[in-house]
Amino acid sequence: MTKNKYVATIGIECHVQLKTNSKLFSGAGNDAREAEPNTLVNHIDFGLPGALPVFNRQALVLASRAALALKTKPQKFSTFDRKHYFYPDLPMGYQITQYDQPIILGGKVDYMLNGENKTVGITRAHLESDAGKSTHPAGKDYSLVDLNRAGTPLLEIVSEPDMHSSAEAKAYAKELYLLMRYADVTAGDLYHGNMRFDVNVSVSQDNTLGTRSETKNLNSFRSIEKAIDYEIKRQIEVIESGKSVVQETRGWNEAKSRTISQRSKENADDYRYMPDPDLPPLVIDDDYIAKISLAMPSLPDELRTKLAKIGLDKAQIETLIDANVEISQAGYLDLLDSFAKDSETVKTLANWLVNVDIPLFKDKAANAARDRQKLYSAAIAMLKAAKLSSTNAKELIQRCLTMGKLPQDIESYAETSGLLQQSDSYELSKVIDEVIAANPKAVNDVVNGELKVIGFLLGQVMAKTKGRANPGLAKQIMESKLIN
Amino acid sequence: MSWEPIDELVTAVKAGRISAVELVERSLKAIDENQSYHAIISVLKDNALTRARQIDQAVKNGEDLGVLAGVPFIAKDNFLVYGSDTTAASNILRGFAAPYQSSAINRLEAAGAICVAKANLDAFAHGASTENSDFFVTFNPHDKTRVPGGSSGGSAAAVALGMAPFALGTDTGGSIRQPASFCGVFGLKPTYGLVSRSGVVAMGSSLDCIGPLTNSAKDAAIVLDVISGRDKLDATTIDKDTAGYANTEASLLKGIKIGVVKEYMGDGVNDEVKLSIKRTIDSLAERGADIIEISLPSLPLALACYYIIAPAEVSSNLSRYDGVRYGYRDTEAPDLFDSYTKSRGHGFGKEAKRRIMIGTYVLSSGYYDAYYKKAQTVRTKLINEFSAAFDAVDYLAGPVFPTTAFKIGENVKNPLAMYLSDVMTVAANLAGVPSLSLPIAQDSHNLPIGLQLMAPQQRDRELLGLAMAVEELVK
Repeated sequence: MTKNKYVATIGIECHVQLKTNSKLFSGAGNDAREAEPNTLVNHIDFGLPGALPVFNRQALVLASRAALALKTKPQKFSTFDRKHYFYPDLPMGYQITQYDQPIILGGKVDYMLNGENKTVGITRAHLESDAGKSTHPAGKDYSLVDLNRAGTPLLEIVSEPDMHSSAEAKAYAKELYLLMRYADVTAGDLYHGNMRFDVNVSVSQDNTLGTRSETKNLNSFRSIEKAIDYEIKRQIEVIESGKSVVQETRGWNEAKSRTISQRSKENADDYRYMPDPDLPPLVIDDDYIAKISLAMPSLPDELRTKLAKIGLDKAQIETLIDANVEISQAGYLDLLDSFAKDSETVKTLANWLVNVDIPLFKDKAANAARDRQKLYSAAIAMLKAAKLSSTNAKELIQRCLTMGKLPQDIESYAETSGLLQQSDSYELSKVIDEVIAANPKAVNDVVNGELKVIGFLLGQVMAKTKGRANPGLAKQIMESKLIN
Repeated sequence: MSWEPIDELVTAVKAGRISAVELVERSLKAIDENQSYHAIISVLKDNALTRARQIDQAVKNGEDLGVLAGVPFIAKDNFLVYGSDTTAASNILRGFAAPYQSSAINRLEAAGAICVAKANLDAFAHGASTENSDFFVTFNPHDKTRVPGGSSGGSAAAVALGMAPFALGTDTGGSIRQPASFCGVFGLKPTYGLVSRSGVVAMGSSLDCIGPLTNSAKDAAIVLDVISGRDKLDATTIDKDTAGYANTEASLLKGIKIGVVKEYMGDGVNDEVKLSIKRTIDSLAERGADIIEISLPSLPLALACYYIIAPAEVSSNLSRYDGVRYGYRDTEAPDLFDSYTKSRGHGFGKEAKRRIMIGTYVLSSGYYDAYYKKAQTVRTKLINEFSAAFDAVDYLAGPVFPTTAFKIGENVKNPLAMYLSDVMTVAANLAGVPSLSLPIAQDSHNLPIGLQLMAPQQRDRELLGLAMAVEELVK
């Protein structure tokens, strides 16, 4: 009897930190990245007696945008609940979340994997407040609590178990990330945990679902892929050895590249959910949704279609889509937009961005804040006026992106740097005459019909002009002198 | 010793006929002379006198002064007040210095009122006698062997003993009205959400109301006018009546419809109490009020419903007292879990623990639907019955409590009997309607008897108008 193949089933819960100015239920600042511990805390975050949460309406705007990005609408009526557990970084003894009636029900994420269109359904997404941060210094008899993050707004997006491989999960997570970035819902700083992923994985040999494990707090696409691969392999091994997979929460150890058991279902907390009496329901109407919808930023799919129309290939498009949010200061897509009227120019610019600018940035060489509008406007003007070869254009761009300060006058900088093209027919003609005189054999070959050899002669012209000769013009002059 | 009506005091202060310092000193003297009643947890003498001198100076400078200029008051010790400990009469909050101040106190201070002391209560407002205070029991001003009621027992006793013209209380299931009834003062529980709960130690958040205890309906109206209305620190607050409350006048009795709640006039009610209520209602009828017997069939379930919802919210609201950030912490505990259990185990009194356990139980998975959810269904039903009743009548009337003030220790051994006696007050909290207690008579032991009046939500002004009319009637 042949054994059936194992099929993995994967669902993902993603905690998206919303980019509000203040916390979900208090006026304290929301950006804890650079703040000293316990400085972004007020009486509400600290859980003082009598302190009441007051909902931050900005979070509702961002959650509504998230709903539209997930191809659904925010719920017109949603409520808050309390989820109880004791921990020093949870000041009130409960987390405020949306258990019963969340802000988002349904939706989907469409993504591409190896040229194939795929879809993951969204079960729900709810608003909730984050806990603080605990650290346990090694060898010490105390722990430290920082409440700066306590009360930070999160949107927890729960997917349907629609994925069956680590590659699908990674691609989904990536697309979800892009959606939340482009919808301007989150700052999306993965390193600082702005999006954290919990992956639910099970394997089965038939149509029934296997017992799942949940690996929590993954904060990179690579760790999602690796953790899922590890879990699939581990669970198959458990089953193959005749044992059963235990339903449990696991953690990911990046250094050891493995998941580690943290808590099994039997020890699961009873959170004693109850409606939060301090917070009235969130009620919105069609007008509200229409307003959000009108002000909605362009989403990745719309931008992909736009870029494809310019004539860029898929790889270029994805590079630009990624870089536009990764290096948001550079404003790549806005830059392309500003040249949109001239399709040839846009294509050239896109090539420069994909092949020069973005790779330079990834090598940490390029300056994100550089005035790219000025740089690329100058480069394109020079290129169009044939003052710049395409090779030297790239050289100029590279230099301008990496140098300490952008030159005041880019064209005179290009000139003094010897990057401008030799387009003076008289000067060029003199150089060509010299080359013809110095290469009688090659000239003879050309005259005898071996036209390929012109390339060699032009190469000599380039060498003599240190690459500055306008290649088109040089070719034209060379041909007029040797052919006919 | 009794105080003049608040508006007269304020007029005298503004005219320079009496100084704020004199009023505060009068208040401090009454507090001092009545120490044996144990109504007060802490006195804010220096702060109060400083504030009074500022107000007197402002009078001399001819500055505009608030509507409560120079009026001393006492706050139940579950209000966070700058410069005082806020203990909620609990060991776990003993020595807790408030780093921010409740909205109600802020508004009173802005109007010129001066907080002179913090009053005793059942710890965390759990109780109806102040016997659950972790510190001491307050004695009834009319009979020292009896309780003053609770949980705002200290506030009610303070007003009855003339310690201040008014006190603030909180009412989650009767905690303003019942002690007002026991001590013979006026007590108002406004519509839910009319007064901000920000800065008041929470008990049952969907039930908690803040209100005044005073010598008259008129004084209560003046105080309510200052403390009511929307507050951006409490999302459940509502707008106050566009006409305000301060200028409320006694309403005309002719033609108004008053419902007498059948379920409140049953066998469990003491005969003397029942008789006094009937007499008052009869004289209302004589003045032209239309008296109609009303039945609220779900009322017998209100108590059970309350003792599920309130402890559920209590267990949740008391979670923050964990010894980690403030309040009592057991420093001997070897680890986190022990620190929680020992800090909470020693810091909370018996009644708080009892309610935490009940609340935790009814919210547990597997029991939630049978208890909490069902209680919410009953609550909705009750709200609907109230609203149907208020289609038929303008007000409801009945007793506040089945008896007058009971003896200290009489119910301590039987917490269930204590819970049962809340039967007449909890429904107003579940339905969120305004309700008040006003003294109408005394029983054969010279103990005060209160009349409870209720109105539809946001009819606080009309309810106070009716109370003023009744006051004139029973004068």
